[in-house]
Parts: sequence; C-alpha cells; structure tokens
Amino acid sequence: MSQTKLEPPSEQLVAEPRDDEAHLRPDRRTVVIRPASRWPHLDMRELWHYRELTFRLVWRDVVVRYKQTFLGVTWAVLVPALTTTVYVIVFGKFANFPHGNTPYPSLTAAGVIPMQYFASALTASSSSLVSNLPLVTKVYFPRVLLPLAAVVVPLVDFFIALPVLLVLMAVYGTWPDSAAVLLAPAFLGLAVSTALGIGLLLSTFTARWRDVPYMIPVFLQILPLVSGVMYALDQIPTKWQWIFSLNPMSAVIAGWRWAILGEAAPHWGRTTVSVSVAMLLFALGLAVFRTYEPRFADTI
Amino acid sequence: MSLAIEAHDLSKRYRIGQMQAAYGTLRDSLTRVAARLTGREETHERQEIWALRDVSFRVREGEVLGVIGRNGAGKSTLLKILTRITTPTSGRAVIRGRVGSLLEVGTGFNPELTGRENVFLNGSILGMKRREIQRKLSDIVEFSGIEKFIDTPVKRYSSGMYVRLAFSVAAHLEPEILLVDEVLAVGDAEFQQRCLGRMEDFSGTGRTVLFVSHNMQTINQLCDRVIWLDGGTIVEDGDPSDVVTQYLQGSHSSGSHISWPDDESAPGDDLARLLSVRAIDEDGHTIDTIDVRDTVGIETRYRVLREGPAVFAKIRVRDRRSDIAFNAMDIAPHALDSSAPGIYAATAWIPGNLLSEGTTTADVAICTLRSPKLHQRAAQYEAVLFTVFDPGDGDSARGRFTGQISGVVRPLLEWSVERVD
Repeated sequence: MSQTKLEPPSEQLVAEPRDDEAHLRPDRRTVVIRPASRWPHLDMRELWHYRELTFRLVWRDVVVRYKQTFLGVTWAVLVPALTTTVYVIVFGKFANFPHGNTPYPSLTAAGVIPMQYFASALTASSSSLVSNLPLVTKVYFPRVLLPLAAVVVPLVDFFIALPVLLVLMAVYGTWPDSAAVLLAPAFLGLAVSTALGIGLLLSTFTARWRDVPYMIPVFLQILPLVSGVMYALDQIPTKWQWIFSLNPMSAVIAGWRWAILGEAAPHWGRTTVSVSVAMLLFALGLAVFRTYEPRFADTI
Repeated sequence: MSLAIEAHDLSKRYRIGQMQAAYGTLRDSLTRVAARLTGREETHERQEIWALRDVSFRVREGEVLGVIGRNGAGKSTLLKILTRITTPTSGRAVIRGRVGSLLEVGTGFNPELTGRENVFLNGSILGMKRREIQRKLSDIVEFSGIEKFIDTPVKRYSSGMYVRLAFSVAAHLEPEILLVDEVLAVGDAEFQQRCLGRMEDFSGTGRTVLFVSHNMQTINQLCDRVIWLDGGTIVEDGDPSDVVTQYLQGSHSSGSHISWPDDESAPGDDLARLLSVRAIDEDGHTIDTIDVRDTVGIETRYRVLREGPAVFAKIRVRDRRSDIAFNAMDIAPHALDSSAPGIYAATAWIPGNLLSEGTTTADVAICTLRSPKLHQRAAQYEAVLFTVFDPGDGDSARGRFTGQISGVVRPLLEWSVERVD
C-alpha cells in the first residue's frame, strides 16, 4: 500500500484569487466540510434552509399513512373512539375508577387522544433514522429533520380525532368554562417536545442497536397507567402524585383536561416538575443525537 | 479562475468492526465491552483502516476531474465526504456551489406515492425548491417518457420506468458541481449511457464535474484531469492520458501477481499461510490480459504449517463492478483427508468463454471444511486483477454484436435452432 503522496501540480498551489464573484451570486452556497464538531449545536439557519424538505417528509408520511386501507383516514377517528369505549366499559363500568366531577367518557377521551398522539409520535420518531435508511446513507440533510417530521405527522391524526372528544363533550355538556382553553395548545406542545426529546434519544440508540423497537410497545402499555389516562390523577394520594409528575405525560393529560373539560387546575408545582423533566429530556436527546449524527451513515 | 472544490488533507478512518458489523443488538455490544474489560477481545476487532489519508486537491470551476483507483482505494469515501453523507476524521474541504450527485438516483422514492408525488418528494430530497420543481415538472415528466403513468403509484412501475423517472428528476437538478460514481450508478447499460451523456452536456456548459469510474476510456474521453487514488492517498494527479497509462501499467505489474515475502506478513493462521497468487495462461505465464476465449488460471501457492484438517483453496471471481461472478473451490479427494505440511500450488482453471469482459478480480482463500461450515484459514480480497478482452472475431459469446453486454459472466452457450413452422 503506497503512502506516497504527490502534490497536485504546482500551478494550482499558487494562492488563488479569492472567489470575488461569490458575493454577487447570493444563491451560490459555500459549504465547508470539517470533521464533526466536539460541541454539538443545532444550526437553526440550516434547519430553516431545509424547511421545505421537512414539510415534504411530513407530507409524505401523511399521504402514505392510510394508503391501501379500506377505511382510510377513518382509522384516525376509530382508534381513539374504540380505545375510549373499551376503557369506559372496563375501567368506568366494571372497575369503577374514580373520575371526580367529570363524566367518565369525556375524561377518558381527553386522556386517550393526547396519549394516542404521544404513542404514535414516540414510535415513529424513535425508528425515524432506520426507516429512512436510504436517505441517511445517500443524501445529506440535517438528520434532526427525520425525528422532527415524525412527531409532526401524528398531529394530523390528533386533529382528526378531536371530534370524538367534541361529540362526548356535547353529549355530557362538559364545555371549557374559562380562558384556560387558550392553554390547550401549550399542553399539546409539551407532549410534542417530550416525544421529540425521547425520539431523538431513542433514534440515536436505534441507529446502532435494534433493541428499541422491542422496548417501546412495553413502555407504551405501561405509560397510560401512570399518566392518568383512565382515571383522574388528583384522585390518588398526593405523595404518589409527586412521583407521577416525573412523567411529563401526566401533566399533559391533567393540563389538557383542565383546559378543555374545565376540570380543576393542575397542581402548578407538579406541572413545573413535569415541564422540567420534558425540557431535560429534550436537551439530552438533542445533545446525544447531534453527537452521534456524524456517525449515522457509517454505523446505521 | 475560481475554485469549485478545495480539499485539504482529507482523512477518514473506519474501524473495521464498524464496517463489518453493520448493526448488532445491544447484547453484542455489551459482550464486546465485557470482552474489552476482561482483556479477551480479539485484536482484529480493534483494527482501524484509513479509507482516505491526507488527500488534497483542487478543482477549478468548469473542470472535469476523473478519480480512478482500485476497489477500496477510497474513491467512494471521497465522494461520501464531498456530498456530506459522512464527515472526515480530519482535514477539511470547501465546496462553492450547489452540489448534485448521480449516486442518489431515486433516493427516497416511496412505492405508495404516485410518480408525480415522488417527483416532488425526490426533488426536495435532492435539494430543489418547490417552485423549481413545479416549473420543471413538465420537462421532468416528458424527459422520463412515462406521462401516461405519472399518476400511478410507482410500486406498479416496471424497474425501467422507475429508473427513468428517478434519473429524470436527478437530471433536472442543474447543480453547479456534479458528482458521479459510475460504479454505484444503477440501471442498465442504456441508463449508464444516459448518465454519461448528461455529464457531457454538463461539462459543455462550463460546470464542474467530479467523476469516479473504472472505465479508463470514458475517463480519458471526458476528463480534463485525473486523480489516481490508492490505499486512500493520491498516487498521481495530472493529465488524463498520462495518469491512466501509469495506472494501467502500475496495476498490471502488481495486479496479476501478488506474493508475500515471509509468513509473518502473509495472510493466514497457525495452520496455513498464503505465499503467492497469480493469474496465468495455459502455459503458466503470468498474464495481465486474457482473450475472452482462452483459459485462465488462478494459481494460489500456500504453505501448510502443521498436520491438521484437510486444507484446500477457494476462489471468488468478481466482474468489473466488483460483483461476485462465482465462487469455486478445490473439491478433489485430497480435500477430505488431512494435509501434510509443505508448500502447495493450487490452480483453478477458468474455461474460455465464461468470464465477461473488463477488469476481473479474484479473491482467494485457503479453507478447511467442517460441513456445513467453511472455515477460512487465510484470505486475500481481490488478490489478483486482470483484464478480459474480446477481440470481436465473431466466435465468442459476443458474436458480431459490438455494443454493451451486461451480466457477471458471459458463457458461450450452445443454441439449437430449428424451424418449427
């Protein structure tokens, strides 16, 4: 194996004039390729540059999602409706779960719909790198777009499923009774950022180890139980509520019920704990993802 | 004149394990960590290779630069770095202008989406803006020649239609710098011809092209300058005909014959070691080129170091694109008994009219068999390289046809033709 390296012909080594025209052509991009940075950061300008691709990736998954299904997008309504029905029968009728002042069906639907979003977002984002393997190994773009697009896609299902909740609210006459309803998107945002944080972490993990797809279903079966989907969290002992607040989804569901169903306001101390956990997860996920990003194409 | 690409001391290191174990389970990794902690890790797992080592070059705007070299010389790694799919381990490169590459034809195509939808998706992935795609849509569809099926899901397309549409999108990207890897280009001969045609159009308009190829004729024809990579470093950089000539000479003198001076450096284990490998003609002379109609031998010399299980040679022949044409091993009866220590020369005779034209390589291995497992004692990837040519006298499988013929082998078959009606 030869280690000799002949320099390129000397005429090309002469200090070349700087590309004086570059600034005259604003569309002309200069890219500097360097070894991976030790300090991962998120290049917002670059993300903005790739906004159309993000949109296109979201669009692709939305369009493909219900292709070749008989009922099509109806599934987005059916899945939460059926899950709510099962919960109402099993936990509401037979087990008599505590539900405070709110009728059990609305209470459950208000929990099931955000939880359904979270489950889809988490599953999709944690496998986003692997399921887009040809893109990762063949084309450059900020890889963050993949988990990001994956948590946006299920929002479409979320909004399509909302009428289920609206119907139940109409039937039981539970309407939002305060300006709290304006905070509903904030609690949804908490679910999105939690899903993205964990998704970033797990997709990095999945790029190397294919264990995650087995862990997620187990995790998602336990999660509704500890998030208060089928019961009202304020019905359990306070010391347990503090432990449950480590799970951001408990704050999402409690806050969502407060905003939409006019339930009692969530405990702000515990909500702060949940939001902090979500922010930590997001920061950790982003740092880990960005650290391993340069190696994805080599190890995936 | 301004520069389109500047590469300064680009290096890329891979861990061998990283390349081999494409992915593993967590348990595999934990086992490896445990092995490392207890010091039982096998050394080869920690081996590193430099796919590129201190590669520097500059490409002027409008220049067509060819990159040549044997398989594993670092050509693909270089392209991967320049397209930013992977990052260099050290060094840096500056690229001025929009980069497009023909390595990613059809990347991201979704079978469930229609042709039209895929044009938008693929265009965005290649870096086109929505407006740009809308503007070029009719051109893209027309160029692909599949107007009738543009609203059909691409899963119903034939592979030819699929490639045509995909290529059509890539061809309308209009990058300022085009990166082409002929080796990776998919599709049939006609499609590859189109890639080349598109490249020629491109260089004609004063845009920069970086072209990786094994086809010396094309390189000579299209390129203004050629870089020859070997073992991850630039061996030569200059005028195409000079570099190509040197490359052909260089790879021939060392390509069809490889030997190891001592057992230490030779591939192998405590049972068997490789000594040398040659490509030979029927008279036993080492050859660089062989007539497609003639028999060619792959002679493997090896030393058996001790009494043990039966040892035999195995070859794996690869075509010009490094695709495996076939595997063959010594199946003679002696391969059943134990082998006595000593030096052996095993020659595999490949009959004439079997290999396809072009650069042919052979991997060799010395194996023992414990059925159903084949245990490789010593192995050398692409140990020898030689060129198969067809003079076109009309009595080969080519007949009087002069165009491109695909396929990893090109056997001369017996045809029985009779008039049945």
